[in-house]
Amino acid sequence: MTRLLVRGGLSALALVTGIYLLLPVLVVVPTSFSASSFLKFPPEGLSTRWYQSFVDDPSWMDALSTSARVAVLSSVCSVVLGVLAALGLVRGRFPFRSGVTALVVAPIIVPYVIVGLSVYIAFLRLGLTQTTVGMVLVHTALAVPYVAINVASGLATFDRRLELAAMSLGAGPVATFFRITLPVIAPSVLAGAVFAFITSWDEVVVAIFLSGPDLSTLPVRMWSGVRVQIDPTVAAVSSLSLLATVGVFAGVGAAALARRWVRRHRAPLIVDLQGATS
Amino acid sequence: MTSTDAVTGAPIGIAGVTKRYADSVALDDVTLDVRGGEFLTLLGASGSGKSTLLNIIAGFLEPTEGAVSVDGRDITKVPPHRRGLGMVFQHYALFPHMSVADNVAFPLRRQKVARRDIPGRVRDALAVVQLEHLAGRRPSELSGGQQQRVALARAIVARPRVLLMDEPLGALDKLLREQLQLEIRRLHQELGITFVFVTHDQDEALAMSDRIALLRDGSIVQVGSPQSLYERPNCRYTAEFVGASNLFRGTADGGVLVDEVTGVRLRVPGTGRGAVCVLVRPERMHVGARDVTVPPDCDVAHGIVEDCIYLGSSRRVEVRLTGGRTVVLRTDVPRGGDEVRHGADVTVWWRVDDAAVLADDPAGTADPEPSGVLAAQH
Repeated sequence: MTRLLVRGGLSALALVTGIYLLLPVLVVVPTSFSASSFLKFPPEGLSTRWYQSFVDDPSWMDALSTSARVAVLSSVCSVVLGVLAALGLVRGRFPFRSGVTALVVAPIIVPYVIVGLSVYIAFLRLGLTQTTVGMVLVHTALAVPYVAINVASGLATFDRRLELAAMSLGAGPVATFFRITLPVIAPSVLAGAVFAFITSWDEVVVAIFLSGPDLSTLPVRMWSGVRVQIDPTVAAVSSLSLLATVGVFAGVGAAALARRWVRRHRAPLIVDLQGATS
Repeated sequence: MTSTDAVTGAPIGIAGVTKRYADSVALDDVTLDVRGGEFLTLLGASGSGKSTLLNIIAGFLEPTEGAVSVDGRDITKVPPHRRGLGMVFQHYALFPHMSVADNVAFPLRRQKVARRDIPGRVRDALAVVQLEHLAGRRPSELSGGQQQRVALARAIVARPRVLLMDEPLGALDKLLREQLQLEIRRLHQELGITFVFVTHDQDEALAMSDRIALLRDGSIVQVGSPQSLYERPNCRYTAEFVGASNLFRGTADGGVLVDEVTGVRLRVPGTGRGAVCVLVRPERMHVGARDVTVPPDCDVAHGIVEDCIYLGSSRRVEVRLTGGRTVVLRTDVPRGGDEVRHGADVTVWWRVDDAAVLADDPAGTADPEPSGVLAAQH
């Protein structure tokens, strides 16, 4: 009886929390289809004009392409750096290892405002404000911890005898890494990459410092859009951005499912073996 | 093209190999010649250095001193992936992201074997371990015994001249272990290559090896055939580690040793004056009624039967000798039954020829082998 109550109570709590988290997001989607010229909920009328206005406005399109470029580049960079960092932290034997670990994780502990301000001051001097390079550098730094933490936990459970086995079977260090280590820890690398992409995609605080008339990311464009004129285009952009985020996660999930399906339904390889020798 | 290509086993030379760590010595000046094509077992308790030695042969560890050669070529500085040795690990170490066939194909691909030859050789290797039907499976879908057989196939597919095995059966249950022991022996006979096999299980070592090297605290204690280690151990440690043993000790004088615990008189012809140990294996001892007539070429002791366990084909008898030692016997079960039962007053005897005289090394109690019961429990 009490078990039933507890289970019911927990389910209800989970449901309420879910609604609480999702409701604001769900408000934005209908709002974006409003026919009215003002951000308003519930929406009046139904139209796709704000999506049209997003596509037609070059400043929105520039922001979109900047965000996409920065997110892709910074996730690639942070995956490379994060994997290397994780390898060093998990396997390295060197002094001050815990200090170095703290340093790698620091970007997610230091308040973004402080990161933004200090990077802004430094980049002004270097001429890196309002540049893709500058933005990628900062977002990479912010995303490396997520990759490093994910990959480090993957490496911690990695059986190093697999590497010894690979070496005994004729694989050098490079082949061993790319054919054994990396494929086995691929799920944690992928998780890190998704985190890195999302981190960059919706990062706004540091991006505000580094943005300007020449370059701004989608979240910064949205932020300034809301400040200047309250126009449902922002809602349309939010909805699309949401779609992109959900899309990334759904894509990863679908890939995993597909792989499992292929594995289960693949014809036994022995058929290939027989075919090849006949 | 096929696995019938003649491959001969390469000899391995281990010359003065020492492996030192900051605060310990794992191997201390080990010299050992493994003959081409033989099945050599490195036997020892944990911490004896047997795995360290294997890892040095494989190239995963570098010796502090000394050299390793294969087929006369010094490979001490050669990285593991260029040594061309096969290796099987205790926990299989199959690549989880590859199918069985891809696992077995891995060494062929690394060694740039022609692409069209790979499927045939993979199939041949899997046929050797009778697992062709599982080629498409993932390692996680196989049982432990199947995984270890895949690991064997993977280790031999590239036709190495030496196969190293690090406690390959340690993770398997008893029945499977015995089955795989036979399979590995058969594999050795079929392939004709050199096997170096590490185990802490003396029965496994006796059953499988051409020769056994017994290690203790980083040094080799004795090298020889299973029979010579069992029947002619060169010291107490070997005697106690390999098989169950009954030991008497004392000071020999004039070809006679008086056991210091029981006072039993043992004839030790040709042994000079000094502290020695005499070993009598359980199956060499006989037991009978107190008033039994003992042949003249036998030594005798008396005691009370403490335990008598019927084992089907034989029985195991523990006799507490007058004065204190307990000896273990393994004898036939007489058809009509006899006086040997719990509490009976009995005579124990053995041929003088069946007793082996060993140098007494007082520190020599083997830790992992409690089945020898007795020895020096005073």
